Amino acid sequence: MREPALIRMLPDGRRLHLHDGPIDLIIEANGEPRAVSAAYEAAARRFVSILDELCEELPLLRSHARKNAKRPRGAVAERMFAAVEPYCEQTFITPMAAVAGSVAEAILESMTVPATLERAYVNNGGDIAIHLADSHRYKIGIVERPDRPSLFGFLEISAADSIRGIATSGWRGRSFSLGIADAVTVLADSASAADAAATVIGNAVNLPDHPGVTRIPAREISADSDLGDLPVTRGVEPLSCSEMFAALDSGVRVAEALRAQGLIHSSALCIQGHTRVVSPSHAPASIESSPRSLLHG
Amino acid sequence: MPDVFPPDTVRCDACPVLCYIKRGHAGACDRYANVEGELVRVDPHILLDRAKSQGTPLVPFLEREGDWDGKILKGQETFVTAIGAGTTYPDYKPAPFIVSSEVEGVDMVTVVTEGIFSYCGVKLKIDTDRHLGPERNLVRAQGEPVGHVTTAEYGSQMLSLGGVHHLTGGNKSEGRVTCETLLDLCNGREVELTIDEGASVRVAAGRPPVVNGQREERMRVGCGSATIGMFAKQWFGKVDDVVVVDDHITGVLSEHQAGKLLGVRETGIAIQGRRSTPGRYFQVAEPGTGWGGTNISDPLTILKPFKTKFAWPHLRLLMVSTTGEQFAYYELDDALRPVEKELPEALKESVGRIRENCEPALTSVLFMGGAGGSLRAGVTENPVKLTDSVKRKLTRVTCGGAPAYIWPGGGITFMVDVTRMPENAFGYVPTPALVAPIEFTLKKNDYALLGGHVDYVRPLADVLKEKERQRQLVSHAQNPWPLKPHIGSSGS
Repeated sequence: MREPALIRMLPDGRRLHLHDGPIDLIIEANGEPRAVSAAYEAAARRFVSILDELCEELPLLRSHARKNAKRPRGAVAERMFAAVEPYCEQTFITPMAAVAGSVAEAILESMTVPATLERAYVNNGGDIAIHLADSHRYKIGIVERPDRPSLFGFLEISAADSIRGIATSGWRGRSFSLGIADAVTVLADSASAADAAATVIGNAVNLPDHPGVTRIPAREISADSDLGDLPVTRGVEPLSCSEMFAALDSGVRVAEALRAQGLIHSSALCIQGHTRVVSPSHAPASIESSPRSLLHG
Repeated sequence: MPDVFPPDTVRCDACPVLCYIKRGHAGACDRYANVEGELVRVDPHILLDRAKSQGTPLVPFLEREGDWDGKILKGQETFVTAIGAGTTYPDYKPAPFIVSSEVEGVDMVTVVTEGIFSYCGVKLKIDTDRHLGPERNLVRAQGEPVGHVTTAEYGSQMLSLGGVHHLTGGNKSEGRVTCETLLDLCNGREVELTIDEGASVRVAAGRPPVVNGQREERMRVGCGSATIGMFAKQWFGKVDDVVVVDDHITGVLSEHQAGKLLGVRETGIAIQGRRSTPGRYFQVAEPGTGWGGTNISDPLTILKPFKTKFAWPHLRLLMVSTTGEQFAYYELDDALRPVEKELPEALKESVGRIRENCEPALTSVLFMGGAGGSLRAGVTENPVKLTDSVKRKLTRVTCGGAPAYIWPGGGITFMVDVTRMPENAFGYVPTPALVAPIEFTLKKNDYALLGGHVDYVRPLADVLKEKERQRQLVSHAQNPWPLKPHIGSSGS
């Protein structure tokens, strides 16, 4: 039985909550009250059909993206495809790697077109699309272990930065990862680009064939996973410092390369309490680690 | 369905993604799962209904359309538990539900969250006189160490299971099995445990323990000596001497202090075993499953001949076990030998009373955990103030509506009887750690004073409107109603 999409204001009266199947969005817009309500209404209108649109092309979105292959038709699906396209020749990647960021981005766009907002965000389970006008800013906290919440770092993004998307990937998260990072957070020009890059960097934080890492073919956990028989990480035993550094090194190399290509702005990579940050040297917005993580690392 | 999927894979039709969900797994949304081949919504959020009697414990609440007639919410009081509330992610955001409800004119606030506890364990009290194993020895489940034998208490053996060292300090399999064992025990399921150099036990909360395949029935009322002390007055004048047979301490009325005080005459009785103090004997026989936990079936085997200097013909003697399950009555013949006779009416009552004072042997499971700083931060901006408020009894802590005992000292370390919580109140995360519900209830103005997330407080009626994820249960009859305002400075 199909459940209807949920559209409601959260009890604080400020934030909008949209939920449909696996999509769960928390949205907040700031600006003139009339603009905010117009934006929320537009978001809700756009939202109700978005899951059905994606599902129409689900088999294609779950298969390995290839250049010159058949491209998806839907606007969100096209965004997903474009986000993973830069990676598809080097690695196995499906447009699903960017689904959360792309949905967030599409909803945010539907809000900013009809209304003039000071700032707004659409948070799709940690993959966030942001809008900033003029001199407005967002302060953002970063968590390394979704299951053991504690803030390890924060960053501030202002309108002048080009950053409009944040995404996090890790083996403990809801989506599968081929790597062993607890969390890889990426800042990029768009949420869809951040989402795809976080997946790619997360996969690269790895120790191939390490006996302390439990991997299971994705299909054994989720029958119709887009990752098929690829081994996804289900457990990581405590690692020695040199092992953690080796895993982080391999992730950092990929993150540096993506930054050099302009695919990402910066990234924070976390594994078992150790964090490495890849960011431009003179960045006005960069990820700062709190003293707590310095104690660990 | 493609034939590559196992036969008990289900296809979820709750949304157009139409996930194929394998048995024991959840769909892409984490809200629908395949439980034993059935598609089940897995996140019901449990509300407790205050009811005078326990009645039917489970009232479905719009789980399927049309099942529910809407009666409960109108007439009765409702308490929102933390079961299925979900944890805030991360916890320094306000807890998922901060609910206000007016009770007897006082504005109460309940902060509801599910805590993730890697510092947690269970304390088991197993009612048995049998030797389960040496103190400090390891307790294992599926061969993995999950805890240890701790002290023997009155009529029972305590085991301590779990704790952070077994959960996260050992190897992966130790952590996983520990988590599984704790989860099963907390959710009322039976668990098999083996003790190094000791017994194997099957235990479940609120049920009789099974020790080496043998089910325990009753706890003894006390040791043999204590039983003499308790019943001496009832025996005085109706019988000349009483022996309470016990593997631990066998008691003899005429020699015991309690008998002496009443003026019971010396009878010349002589007992096998090692005399401890007057009227108290150790090791009258070997341990076993006979009288009073000994191996004897004929109680006369522990008696030596009566001393002729003191004994007399027709002397009346009662022998009884510590549970009253076995008893025999004798009178001495002219040669001062005991001859079994029918138990006189006057003594039947006292034997019956021993029996009725032996309570059913059970296993009790107390979950013990500590509310960490970040969990407390979900309640207030200044976590230490919550600790302080709990210690001053301004804030009541409950787990799934069940009362929790708070340890003195630092932090909020609590214990709760899992049988008083709703079914399946516990979950786990693969860390491994247990997920347990925890609710903090206090007056609204006290909440504001301790820096609570007042802006997030929602009226109860508002929470109840979100029917889709809720389940209504009748509260446990023995639990005080969590919202009853007897706490705090103005309390009665």
